[in-house]
Amino acid sequence: MIDKIVPSIEAALADVRDGSTVLVGGFGGAGVPEELVDALIAQGAKDLTIVNNNAGNAEFGVAALLKAGRVRKVVCSYPRTADSHVFEALYRAGKIELELVPQGTLSERMRAAGAGIGAFYTPTGYGTDLAKGKETRMIDGRGHVLEHALRGAIALVKAERGDRWGNLVYRKSARNFGPTMASAAKCTIAQVYEIVELGALDPECIVTPGIFVTRVVKVPRKKTTVVPAEAAA
Amino acid sequence: MSYAKLTREQIAARIARDIPEGAYVNLGIGMPTLVGNHLPKDREIFLHSENGILGMGPAPAPGEEDADLINAGKEPVTLLTGGAYFHHTDSFAMMRGRHLDIAVLGAFQVSVSGDLANWHTGGDAIPAVGGAMDLAVGAKNVWVMMEHLTKSGESKIVPRCTYPLTGIGVVKRIYTDLAVIDVTPRGLVAGQLVPGLSFDELQRLTGVPISPSGARAAA
Repeated sequence: MIDKIVPSIEAALADVRDGSTVLVGGFGGAGVPEELVDALIAQGAKDLTIVNNNAGNAEFGVAALLKAGRVRKVVCSYPRTADSHVFEALYRAGKIELELVPQGTLSERMRAAGAGIGAFYTPTGYGTDLAKGKETRMIDGRGHVLEHALRGAIALVKAERGDRWGNLVYRKSARNFGPTMASAAKCTIAQVYEIVELGALDPECIVTPGIFVTRVVKVPRKKTTVVPAEAAA
Repeated sequence: MSYAKLTREQIAARIARDIPEGAYVNLGIGMPTLVGNHLPKDREIFLHSENGILGMGPAPAPGEEDADLINAGKEPVTLLTGGAYFHHTDSFAMMRGRHLDIAVLGAFQVSVSGDLANWHTGGDAIPAVGGAMDLAVGAKNVWVMMEHLTKSGESKIVPRCTYPLTGIGVVKRIYTDLAVIDVTPRGLVAGQLVPGLSFDELQRLTGVPISPSGARAAA
């Protein structure tokens, strides 16, 4: 019997190695796998490359991982927010490397990794500082930039519900990078609020099919997460 | 003759008036978000949010906020009936793939040829780009919403951008607190000057040659 459900968040992360590239879902506060990131801090892996849209907020989640000194490099599109002081201090002290990537290119580079594409040409960023040093090409009269696939050793994603085959559904805009990151890592770990029986997820509506998911772990729903009555629709 | 600059809300209202029924529209973070407050109630307009929403609605009533439903600026929003959620890669396919009719973006500078600088002031600031470059190259029409002049009185419409570029030749129209300026192959064409502002005065304030829209109304 295939059962991707692991009993604890510690068990889910037991084999994360030093030097890994870890894809972390979330956009702003939505879809951040906070419990998995906290467990990664406790797990102790270091010298990590973190791929996330942002570079951590306040003192929790990715920011706490940065603060603990576990991250060598951040690959992201938007490291500067009102409360991104942990990243800013490390960056200004030269203690962390930043690879800044336009958001759609970040997402597409991971899609390419998951889809077996080595690299692709995109018009995004052509002629800008973010294309410096990259191969370019004119296609249909427009400048394009060559961008390479971005693969993770590990992906940490947050979904709403999952089953033992690893099928996932998400909730509202918390979906964001989850499905793409799930496809782009060697080992994808999904935290869910609810584990359901096989067949309980409508096959027409499964967003991430289980083939992209290695482990599923249930976490308690946070009291701070407002879930209105129509949430289950 | 004296004139009054438009307020941000007034610029937003002007832009909203020009968005047609059925348009798929992305409103950038910051000032452009105000356009959402002025969309005509009698038109169906689809607002897109880069983090995976089409048919985005207004801010929720106090107490109805949902941490899983936010806009690109990370503020709580709602979903209109008929709206949809999707993942980031699909969202950016909509943006980059020429599916959006209009993107309204803020800017530090726009050049006479429609180059856009809106993501980085250079120097010591930590660079952050988000989805700006994807919108700049991908939307069918990039409209800029900005004040005509910097705080120190310099034109934000320039011969060449001195701030780092977001996209080359992408801006079609500029809505400022003084006028509406179309970027055309023949140069910049200004119309809808605020009452009391002469064309000569607008030309004096603007860093590059402009021509009056004349008999031809702004398209």
